[in-house]
Amino acid sequence: MTSIWTQLEPLLARVQKPARYIGCEDGAQAPEHRSDKVSWLLAYPDAYEIGLPNQGLQILYEILNERTDAVAERTYAPWTDLEALLRAHGLPLFSVDTHRPAGEFDVLAFNLSAELVYTNVLNCIDLAGVPVRAAARDPEHPLIGAGGHCTYNPEPLADFLDFAVLGDGEEVVAEITGVVGAWKRAGRASRADVLLDLARITGVYVPSLYDVDYHADGTIASVSPRHPDVPAVVEKRTIADLADWPYPKNQLVPLTEVVHDRLNVEVFRGCTRGCRFCQAGMITRPVRERPADQVRHMITSGLKRTGYDEVALTSLSTADFSGIERVVADTAGEDNVSVSLPSLRVDAFTVGIAAQIQKARRTGLTFAPEAGSWRMRQVINKLITEDDLYGAVESAYSQGWRRMKLYFLTGLPTETDEDTLGIAELARRCVEIGRRYHKGASVTISVGGFVPKPFTPFQWFGQNTVAELTRKVNLLRDALRRDKGVQLKWHDPKATLIEGLASRGDRRLGPVIEQVWRRGGVFQEWSEHFDLELWDTAMSDHGLSTDWYVHRHRTEGEVLPWDHISAGLHKDFLWQDWRDALAEVGLPDCRWTPCYDCGACTGYGIEHIVASATPPAGGSQGTGQLVFLSGAR
Amino acid sequence: MNSRYRIRFSKLGKIRFTSHRDVARVWERALRRAALPVAYTEGFSPHPKLSFGLALSTGHESLGEYLDVDMAEPVDVESIPARLDPCLPIGLDVQAAAEIVPGTPSLQQVVTSCTWRIEVVGFGPAELRKRVEGCLGADSLVVTRQRKGHMVTDDLRPAILSLEMMDVGPELLAELATQPRGVRPSELVAVLASRPGDEVVEGHVCRLHQWMSTDGAREEPLPLPLRATLAPHAEARAS
Repeated sequence: MTSIWTQLEPLLARVQKPARYIGCEDGAQAPEHRSDKVSWLLAYPDAYEIGLPNQGLQILYEILNERTDAVAERTYAPWTDLEALLRAHGLPLFSVDTHRPAGEFDVLAFNLSAELVYTNVLNCIDLAGVPVRAAARDPEHPLIGAGGHCTYNPEPLADFLDFAVLGDGEEVVAEITGVVGAWKRAGRASRADVLLDLARITGVYVPSLYDVDYHADGTIASVSPRHPDVPAVVEKRTIADLADWPYPKNQLVPLTEVVHDRLNVEVFRGCTRGCRFCQAGMITRPVRERPADQVRHMITSGLKRTGYDEVALTSLSTADFSGIERVVADTAGEDNVSVSLPSLRVDAFTVGIAAQIQKARRTGLTFAPEAGSWRMRQVINKLITEDDLYGAVESAYSQGWRRMKLYFLTGLPTETDEDTLGIAELARRCVEIGRRYHKGASVTISVGGFVPKPFTPFQWFGQNTVAELTRKVNLLRDALRRDKGVQLKWHDPKATLIEGLASRGDRRLGPVIEQVWRRGGVFQEWSEHFDLELWDTAMSDHGLSTDWYVHRHRTEGEVLPWDHISAGLHKDFLWQDWRDALAEVGLPDCRWTPCYDCGACTGYGIEHIVASATPPAGGSQGTGQLVFLSGAR
Repeated sequence: MNSRYRIRFSKLGKIRFTSHRDVARVWERALRRAALPVAYTEGFSPHPKLSFGLALSTGHESLGEYLDVDMAEPVDVESIPARLDPCLPIGLDVQAAAEIVPGTPSLQQVVTSCTWRIEVVGFGPAELRKRVEGCLGADSLVVTRQRKGHMVTDDLRPAILSLEMMDVGPELLAELATQPRGVRPSELVAVLASRPGDEVVEGHVCRLHQWMSTDGAREEPLPLPLRATLAPHAEARAS
């Protein structure tokens, strides 16, 4: 059986949004499968419209299909309506490219961008006809792997994954292909053999090759490799220069509506602003800018090929890209093309950029001050002043924007009600500024509950309870009740709780995740499907305490579930940064100031690639305007 | 002064699972890729000036879809199909293009009926024939549906302009009015299979023609050029 299209086709007439399952996108490939090639099925364990735009998956899809020894196709989590029909008709999970059964691939590799998709991972493995537990699999089953930011704590999925990949995937997929190819040629005899060979690749973690011991109080005593060849600490992979990887070259153009439906060009990877809550900024260091000419070329050729009229310049903080104003000026307005800058720091958002990006069409503007008071922003090292924010907001309103979105976190370490209420005050002032330009000026305030993440200085912090987060949201609601120009939105604190559980959980959560999945808990990141009761029941059925995992402050000496994984960052650097946070002391951005040896460059013999030796004008951090240095450094 | 062009296209195969709105976005991108001088609306949020005909249900194929495009400058109309085809996904094909005079009424206004080929899954040929005859012989076919929270009763019979069995397979050829009260193929199938115990579903559905009728004469908004024949398209499904 190579394609299930004929069986699938009549079912598609009966489901919502059937275009999710047909493939046929511009850029889609129909690779020729051969026994001497390693076949990868790249899976995004969420709905197609969320998963399709994922750049990581698209980059690997192209890199693998360019190789002579590999083929790659894609799959996404089927929505519940199609899943029910597939199960009723005995049909498996399939690739959208050639509608090949997932179980016929050599590797089924998941992109893990968010914790709440974990139950979908199990569902996809099961729909593929593969045992969900790695230990129950036979040599003929696909190898189940995962990559993406969540793999920096792969432990909650340790029972289900054959391997996890840490860091940039561009290079390591070739090495994995080599190992799997050799195993196939040798007759694909024992799963243990290939897993051991995979564990020898830098950046590949094989959970089954490690033993975990616990103290009587429930904390981890030790994590130890079960084989002499297996590293005690698995290091992440980092590509040295983004210029060597101008991918995706043929971005997929979906036929149906998806999120981020536009051309996306990654302008740099990594960020050293050092926001202490931000896992992405910690684990993707150092900063590697794409050369401006390559960016221009990718924009021009991408727009021409796709027909899109919008391009997003993506990174963790796009206004920091050297020469951003010129790139935007060269692109925006030309042939009705609009530019969106999805991650904008307010201190680098100038009238100049505002004027440029509004030339064609005003894309939505989102700023992320993250916290409502200067004190709180020092704690989290997001060193933007109120004047920075008001300046950016004024730039935008003066250039014709009438509304914008501001992102905040609540439940941050040391947060007081004064800090929380500062959010309302900032919002109010922004609307006041806007009203000077437009009668109907407004802001949308989006408040998320803070989830401490591994490999951040806040990894030791006990997350706020649901009751506390709810109380803080209600404080804001009350404070903003009379403010017509301010619209408040917030993330469900109950979902935040489970994100926190999976974020810093350990392998004892495996049976919990399995039970939630077995009882129907899929698409947990969708509010209409999220079910806290399923999680509560599963935790207590397995004698585990959510409170212990989520709300407990960790101590310096505690072995963390991810201590045998390395993002290059020294643990003592993170601990010092945590102490600095509590002392309300900021840390400058090391791309423009001397190195403070976090470990991400020095440990791997790589360094920043930044075209401009000076920071963007108008900033506070690393700009010479307002640098708050720790006395200890 | 903008020039307006009418384009006729087919939608066949896997791409039939895209929605009407999806197809509109595909067209916007295709026109940009073809570098045709599409006219844009003025204002803060400029949009290409396109207008589509009657929506085709997700899952239905068609040999006669239309869109009208305003161009900021005149275009060699003969070149339009060749310029657009490489920019369209598999399953969407331009069949004809023509300049239309300013003031031509919109497609939504002028189309009065459509010819459909409808596969009916669940009836044998004899039973299907009986149902078709019953339907044609009825004076009225009253259906009730919920609309904006109210129950609305309609007689579908006047909108069924013609209905016959195809020579092969359990398929119907039907001409259904689009106004004042149009009938969708799924409604026709529901009417044919409205007896208790009927387990019948709509199979493949293909819109063969859209018709404008003026004083009893029937013509298509844009006829196919003489060299094109429908039959190969009609039989070859892109999937």
